[in-house]
Amino acid sequence: MVPLSHYLMLSAVLFALGAAGFLIRRNVITIFMCIELMLNAVNLAFIAFARHLGRPDGQIFVFFVIVVAAAEAAVGLAIIIALFRNRESLSIDDLDSMKL
Amino acid sequence: MATFIDTHFALLVTLVKIPVVLVVLLGVVAYAVWMERKVVAHIQSRWGPYLVGPHGLLQPIADALKILFKEDFFVAEADRFVYLLAPFLALTISLLPIAVIPFGESFTFRGHTVNLQIANPDVGLLFIFAVTSLGVYGIALAGWASNSKYPLLGALRSSAQMISYELSLGMAIVGVLMLSGTLSLHGIVAQQRGFWQLGGLPAFLPRWNIFVQPVGFLVYFISAIAETNRLPFDLPEGESELVAGFHTEYTSFKFTSFFIAEYTNMVTVSCLATLLFFGGWLGPAFGPAPVRALISIFWFGLKVVCFLFIYIWIRGTIPRFRYDQLMSFGWKFLVPLSLLNILATGLVVTWWNA
Amino acid sequence: MAALFYIVAALAVLAALNVVLQRTPVYSALSLIVVLCALAVVYLLLDAPFMAVIQVIVYAGAIMVLFVLVIMLLNARREEPIDRSRMARWLGVPLIFALLAELLFVIGRQFPAASTTSAPGVEGGPAVIGHLLFENYVLPFEVTSVLILVAVLGAVVLAKRQV
Repeated sequence: MVPLSHYLMLSAVLFALGAAGFLIRRNVITIFMCIELMLNAVNLAFIAFARHLGRPDGQIFVFFVIVVAAAEAAVGLAIIIALFRNRESLSIDDLDSMKL
Repeated sequence: MATFIDTHFALLVTLVKIPVVLVVLLGVVAYAVWMERKVVAHIQSRWGPYLVGPHGLLQPIADALKILFKEDFFVAEADRFVYLLAPFLALTISLLPIAVIPFGESFTFRGHTVNLQIANPDVGLLFIFAVTSLGVYGIALAGWASNSKYPLLGALRSSAQMISYELSLGMAIVGVLMLSGTLSLHGIVAQQRGFWQLGGLPAFLPRWNIFVQPVGFLVYFISAIAETNRLPFDLPEGESELVAGFHTEYTSFKFTSFFIAEYTNMVTVSCLATLLFFGGWLGPAFGPAPVRALISIFWFGLKVVCFLFIYIWIRGTIPRFRYDQLMSFGWKFLVPLSLLNILATGLVVTWWNA
Repeated sequence: MAALFYIVAALAVLAALNVVLQRTPVYSALSLIVVLCALAVVYLLLDAPFMAVIQVIVYAGAIMVLFVLVIMLLNARREEPIDRSRMARWLGVPLIFALLAELLFVIGRQFPAASTTSAPGVEGGPAVIGHLLFENYVLPFEVTSVLILVAVLGAVVLAKRQV
């Protein structure tokens, strides 16, 4: 039997990796993928707690997180495409001011 | 009297089932290719393969040998890892759904039930959808890694097509799920046993879902043809338009992987159509339990072969859709139709149960 | 069962490291797909078969396809290692590791291994989730459908060429 803390530790490690990637990477799309990694770490924590407390409500929350992540990915990628068309660059260093 | 066989029965039976199912599946895929060439040939008033073996029955073996001896090259400047990954990804993903498809009646052996199915999860049907939705990657990555215009176009078109038709595929079977109340494939077939009682007539109509879900079946079958990239939806590998689409730059064993993946997808979709709409392995059977299991496998195989024949028949008859027609057909016709089907089925089920 | 969790967890962590450390965006995307599938297996082990399948269908099978298509279309190349903000790298990453250490410490302290091994299972099948979604949580369900509509409209408008 795997204790609850091990699931939560896995979730914490994935979250930290996602946050570290968010800070070090330069490519906008990779930064976005690190955000998705953080969301997944949180999902894992929810499901681990759902099982630990014996209530399936945690899984409903994960359902909504996944749906919101889908909506966010669609809009975020559309923004990235629009930015790419204007600035011709995917590096976050070139996208950090509103002047053209 | 618990012998080694009894205690580890589940494990041993699974270890026996896996190679048997794989070998039979690959055999069916090889002869589906033969059947396609023969049927399309006869539709076009010519003979297909005729010389290699009686009626060309050894043709698949000859083809396999030929293709393995072709030169195996790499595209210049292609991303080599992804270029090699794509065909094997396509092949592996297409072989996964077979694990949850039941082929026949279960029977008991020395007190244990033997399901003719490698695994029977409660969410069996959703597992198949999960795996087919991963199938987009094989094609998308193949087109991108080939570093050339035609494959990239073919891959982009195919990805968009597959994602669009996955929607109507999923919604078309919601009607069946409402009638059967379970996502396990075994349960869906079990709900189709017996015959409809129509007034005073003797029972002749089997309780197959096709008779209560005709629209669902139609939407499912059309979406399945689009999902497997077959004519009339095969623009991604449009032979007269895009050279060979996303697998232009692949030869030898890598091309064979894509080929096997496509035919395996066809077989999976045909198996699913028989399970969901045509009563799976149910048919007249007699005799003791193991004989019944064998007869049920025969009925299942017969129905799957009928579906493969319909696939090939449609391929030989209907012209190809243009890309914008394809997308508007999927989004503007099939998705609303499947939603209406869900609505109507829901209303009828509620009214019957009231 | 426990061994399976540890193997899959190790795979998930390695793949996540790969997401963060790879220079080519396509490899990061493929590694993220591996993480998602590994997490789906963990959900299966946590009595959540429906969420596992939804994770693969929606996250790995639709959202990541979107990512891969955008990477292909924008032809995102290998990243060059020049960056103009040293602050994020030299200050941010150590702080993240400090956060991780603190989280691990709190988790270890709050949920000691001995007292949580025999947790009761939970009914995670589609029937239970369906009942909850349509009885207790029907309002968020309808609101998310409006959210998805808004997201679709927003994505179409933002990604259009200037007409």
